Amino acid sequence: MAAGLITVLGVLAVATVAGLWWRRRDGRVRPVARPHPPVDLADLGVVAGTPATLLQFSSAFCAPCRATRLVCASVAERFAGVRHVEVDAEAHLDAVRRLHIWRTPTVLVVDGAGTIVHRATGTLSAAQVTAAVAPLLAAGAAR
Amino acid sequence: MLLDPRGPRFAAAITSVVLVLIMIFSAGWLALAQAAVFAVAAVAPRYSPYGLVYRTVLAPRLPRPTELEPAAPFRFAQSVGLVFMLVAAVGYLMGAPLLGLVFTAFALLAAFLNAAFGLCLGCEVYLAWRRLSRRPLASRVPAPEN
Repeated sequence: MAAGLITVLGVLAVATVAGLWWRRRDGRVRPVARPHPPVDLADLGVVAGTPATLLQFSSAFCAPCRATRLVCASVAERFAGVRHVEVDAEAHLDAVRRLHIWRTPTVLVVDGAGTIVHRATGTLSAAQVTAAVAPLLAAGAAR
Repeated sequence: MLLDPRGPRFAAAITSVVLVLIMIFSAGWLALAQAAVFAVAAVAPRYSPYGLVYRTVLAPRLPRPTELEPAAPFRFAQSVGLVFMLVAAVGYLMGAPLLGLVFTAFALLAAFLNAAFGLCLGCEVYLAWRRLSRRPLASRVPAPEN
């Protein structure tokens, strides 16, 4: 009984720390510090020259993917020049490895040259996605 | 099929309480009963015992849900829970309480994270597991247009 009780308290403590850490970083759109050279994402459905592509990786067993899909789709609808592309992560495991994706949903913000400028995992807010694509749209308009 | 996401979260809270009781009292039969609950929820989410409590007692008193979520992740999670609870029940009932304790502890970790933080552990680790195991599975998202 004592062993059971101690294990219960240990599990709850570990889970609380893990949960707080997860909550802090979930859904945060982070700039990619050292962007890769532009990669060919055409096989994933990214059209070269689109000012901003929201490339979302989803999987079948993923409840937050749906919420993230709705947010990305609404941003794409609101701004001309933003495209939302959703791919099944499992159908593109090579790309998933190449792009270091471990969780779903992961959203990559890709600029017109094919450079991944931002990435985010988890449930996103429309405000954060809008803030991430706005500079890309401005750059596209200036060109 | 779509679910009111508050239902699975409520179920996770009840599950957490049951798992705590199993661990404190080394209750093998309770572990077996929880395994049965997981099994029903995995096969027929509409008839999951905790879900029924949510629908009949709580849902009528709450505002309507603003968003729904797919049932597949919930069923996947309940199936994983079923496997863990079966191993735990066998451990407790066949004289290997440490086995029972360890497997119930992992189930409690997942259930508590879901109940307290809304974190679906299955969703988090699912892709990582697929990356490592590399077995193909049918796509469930719409294909890109071009």
